[in-house]
Amino acid sequence: MNRNLIIGLTLTALAVIAALVSFFWTPFNHASLNIPDKLQTPNMVHWFGTDHFGRDMFSMIMVGARTSIAVAFVAVGIGMGLGIPLGLWAAARKGSFIDELIMRANDLIFAFPSLVIAILITAIFGAGAVNAIIAIGIFNIPVFARVVRGAAMPIWEREFILAARVAGKNAARISIEHILPNVMNLLIVQATIQFSLGILAEAALSYVGLGAQPPTPSWGRMLADAQTLVSIAPHMALIPGFAIILTVMGLNLMGDGLRDYLNPRLRVART
Amino acid sequence: MLRYTLKRLLSLFISLAVASVLVFFVIEIAPGDPASFMLGINAQPDTIAALRTELGLDVPKWQRYIAWASGMLTGDFGTSYTYRTPVAQMVADRMWVSLPLAIYALALSTLIAFPAGMYAASRRGQTGDVAVMGATQLGVAVPNFWFAMMLVLIFAINLRWFSAGGFAGWDKGFGAVMWSLTLPAISLALPQAAILARVMRSALLDVMNEDFMRTARAKGLTSAQTLWRHGLRNALIPVLTIIGLQFSFLLAGGIIIEQVFYLPGLGRLVFQSISARDLIVVESVVMLLVFCVIVVNFAVDLAYALVDPRLRART
Repeated sequence: MNRNLIIGLTLTALAVIAALVSFFWTPFNHASLNIPDKLQTPNMVHWFGTDHFGRDMFSMIMVGARTSIAVAFVAVGIGMGLGIPLGLWAAARKGSFIDELIMRANDLIFAFPSLVIAILITAIFGAGAVNAIIAIGIFNIPVFARVVRGAAMPIWEREFILAARVAGKNAARISIEHILPNVMNLLIVQATIQFSLGILAEAALSYVGLGAQPPTPSWGRMLADAQTLVSIAPHMALIPGFAIILTVMGLNLMGDGLRDYLNPRLRVART
Repeated sequence: MLRYTLKRLLSLFISLAVASVLVFFVIEIAPGDPASFMLGINAQPDTIAALRTELGLDVPKWQRYIAWASGMLTGDFGTSYTYRTPVAQMVADRMWVSLPLAIYALALSTLIAFPAGMYAASRRGQTGDVAVMGATQLGVAVPNFWFAMMLVLIFAINLRWFSAGGFAGWDKGFGAVMWSLTLPAISLALPQAAILARVMRSALLDVMNEDFMRTARAKGLTSAQTLWRHGLRNALIPVLTIIGLQFSFLLAGGIIIEQVFYLPGLGRLVFQSISARDLIVVESVVMLLVFCVIVVNFAVDLAYALVDPRLRART
């Protein structure tokens, strides 16, 4: 295992553990208001301090991790669930009308400024975590479709595919049994990257009030709350910001590390 | 080159046509009737009906689409439901904030990324390279609106070099406008610069392994000369793609950053219009942003052909 992968896995695991533990334990109730204790800087009782309502920030960060991870995870799921079959289909029918149609539709989605459309979707259908997931997920579809198509096309030229054809397998079966396992490495790496982008997008949507709604804590909304108070309570902005940065960095490093780790040629070269 | 341009132009028009249909109908399915929203809950049905007729909401959807799309082509974006002023005028006013911001940010991003990427590539594997790459890892992980808040905290609240928000206004002069857009532009540019620097580095590293680079060195050019004269031009293709994509990120990302700095740009207009159900304004702004992105991508495609004659020959 390389250094990137170890650091990335550690940071990502921290966020995931925080999210999981928050289901049965947090130091305080993340939603309980305690005005006398408001705006405390980090101390022995409140490890990350308290916000303007006296809520414990450590507990809020833990529960907020749940929101971020859940939104990004499902959005990546949507992207993979629809993007992979479309990409496989386009590669199997390379140059055909359907390939052209899928790729042009992809171009079109790429042409839309994703954040604007995400804002539009959440604004029209109501702010909330579910609509945020859909808005982010839609833009993951062309990403995965393109990666799969690009990687699958050279594989279709290989001899073991010809052998599979001779054995009487149809295009769908070859795609699933032979193409997909060969592009899996790339997909795993892409998934970690899209996951980190999803966390950033969720934070941005929550920041402008279109993501998860109160009382569900989210890192983006904690930053929105902090905006007017940043001069008197900088920790309110610093801590959720660090949570986002560390998680996103963890995922990106994990992606880089996995790319190297899963590429056998690089591994041989190193040893 | 002409054939290439025409082909690209055709795909530009198709993209614009499909995009306009999508934008129009997505906004059409939005729940809530603008007329009843404007008149409030106590409005009489016949008043609502009258206003619907006045706003042109009672004709079939496809007729409204034709009217809207052909209006946009001639620069007539319709009239705002809430402000009762021409949308084109509102959008044009806001453009004078959003567009300079995006261009400023793009310029900053390029100015930071080019030297950083070139430096890292020329010091491959050494301390300088590792430091630049570490910085870019951080850069891509930082949410730009959070970075904006930190800039406000340091440079506006503590050092008092800049105001914490607001727009100077063009009547104050170019310098004042640029000064008030500096913190927003930096916060937009830095994460993009991180991405661009990485692309620049890897594109240069790819080029450096080419035979012609060795030939140039063998001819007696220094490694810096080789990098400038032969490396950079060949590395520009992937870099141009990313710059083109970034322009759309910067225009759209501006929407969030405008919220942080209270800038009266397109982003704030979109949010105000969404909460007021002023659909025609939302439609027009979104379509305008899509239009900008598609046209910029078209320009990037043409720029490829100028940089790399091989692409012209291929089509």
